[in-house]
Amino acid sequence: MAHAHTHPPSPRAGQTATGTGRPSAKDAAPAPAPAPRRARTWRLLTPWLFLLAPLTLLITFTYAPIANMVAYSFTDWDGVSPDLHYTGAENYAEIFTREDLFQVFWVSGYYLAASVVQIAAALYFATILSFDIRFRTFFKGVLFFPSLVNGVAIGFVFLYFFQDGGTFDTVLGLFGYHTDHAWLGTPVSANVSLAGVSIWRYLGMNFVLFLGAIQSVPGELYEAAELDGAGRWHQFRHIILPGIKPVLTLTVILSVSGSLSAFEIPYIMTGGATGTETFVIQTVKLAFRFNKTGLASAAAVVLLLIILLVTWVQRRLVPDDRVDLV
Amino acid sequence: MTRRAVARALVYLSLIAAALVVLLPLGVVLLTSLKTGNETANGSGALAPPDDPFNFHNYVTAFQDGGMLTAFGNTAFILVVSVGGTVLIGSMTAYAIDRFTFRFRKAVIALFLVAALVPGVTTQVATFQIVHSLGMFDTRWAPIALYLGTDIVSIYIFMQFVRSIPISLDEAARLDGANAFTIYRKIIFPLLKPAIATVVIVKGIAVYNDFYIPFLYMPSQDLGVISTSLFRFKGPYAAHWETISAGAVLVILPTLIVFLALQKYIYNGFMRGATK
Repeated sequence: MAHAHTHPPSPRAGQTATGTGRPSAKDAAPAPAPAPRRARTWRLLTPWLFLLAPLTLLITFTYAPIANMVAYSFTDWDGVSPDLHYTGAENYAEIFTREDLFQVFWVSGYYLAASVVQIAAALYFATILSFDIRFRTFFKGVLFFPSLVNGVAIGFVFLYFFQDGGTFDTVLGLFGYHTDHAWLGTPVSANVSLAGVSIWRYLGMNFVLFLGAIQSVPGELYEAAELDGAGRWHQFRHIILPGIKPVLTLTVILSVSGSLSAFEIPYIMTGGATGTETFVIQTVKLAFRFNKTGLASAAAVVLLLIILLVTWVQRRLVPDDRVDLV
Repeated sequence: MTRRAVARALVYLSLIAAALVVLLPLGVVLLTSLKTGNETANGSGALAPPDDPFNFHNYVTAFQDGGMLTAFGNTAFILVVSVGGTVLIGSMTAYAIDRFTFRFRKAVIALFLVAALVPGVTTQVATFQIVHSLGMFDTRWAPIALYLGTDIVSIYIFMQFVRSIPISLDEAARLDGANAFTIYRKIIFPLLKPAIATVVIVKGIAVYNDFYIPFLYMPSQDLGVISTSLFRFKGPYAAHWETISAGAVLVILPTLIVFLALQKYIYNGFMRGATK
């Protein structure tokens, strides 16, 4: 992404052609343009013609829903009937006071903890695989492949894996630890198992990001460090870590918002049973099964605000223009 | 052994352990997909090899009774239209934003930027109402519209690339009498090939694997995509792990083939896609 920032912003006035098919009017400077008004209109209009479709889609499917969602969140709408009543902040009060609605936030804790493990492991593997290692391509591929695999397929693979007397029990048996445990049977072990699956699934994505960032650190830095007698740990601490800081902080934001919005794996594997219901599963159920559109909207607004808050805090703590895009 | 050699051994050990953790669950599912119903039922152990390693019976069942043909067809249609549309829309947006100065340009950029911070899953309750009111609910157009409408990542990827195309090329073409549309079509778009490859890969894999959107917006049986069709295996085949496994392998196999064939581009694509 670095190349993009080397290109200086240049004046971009008068880049639009007349649209009449004539040789560009501005090049024939002395001769007055035949239809200056039309040409001007075209020039003003051209960028908007390119932006028509994307902006329409963006507003229809991102901004209109956000605005509607905020509006619904103050009503008791069921999503179907024509009448809806303004109920003030009642929905919000319900979310924060009803224990069964609030407990989904605790479930996010498992996924947050999992993402700490995931980032640490991804960082470790990215670091060792950026050095010279035999079968490097093979290990890279194996670690990355799960992040390309269909979530439903992963759900089934691990549903089988965690069955009573399934693969996991068999493997533990090989190590002499005989158990016949229903891994998805109690809330704690179910959530730990599901969070483990999400590490399995997303580790490769973080790993590849880190690997790319580490490889963009200039090689001379390592050579200089080796000459100075710095060991691997020092190279990691003083060269790699600062070099990948932007990607690392971005990963932290994505992990927090990912943990809060966990859906696929728990929904596919347990359907939210035995205390594994996450925020999104609950919202989907409220909105589409129990027709509580108002309450579900309030829940979604809360989730959105938390995610925006995390992003904002992170940006304040680690201001880094290299993650900025425009 | 020296300290260095021990460290090296530990590094390889950790890599082998990680590879086992990744490959074991997948391998077991492959084994299970080749077993008969009796073999999985009598509990000979998940790691036991199948009696007949060429027993493809479960694949036939999964493919035919599980409606996988329709699923692959629906997925292919949605994939082609939304990936094609994303390429077109993303590149047009990037061109307009990078090559023109116009009023509200900053505001438009801000609109796209802020949208990137909003995770799609949070707004679905309200998005659902809009999709419904547009009459797209339970049609293939619902996911297509949503994949097109929310793809900020590809716009960014295109923006980085458009910036790196020298403006002198545009100017030369304008001297030859080309207008903005010709410049986009004949100069910018062809030069965006690497970015297009990236977007096609990242978007293609995301659409192929997506579960949430088709699950919410296309409940009809005959509109199943591979995710939702595979999910439906849970009901009828609940106890038939050999069939479910065959279905999972059928879904994973195309991903594996594409991955092995395009490894290099996929790594690059995801690095670009995810950091943007």
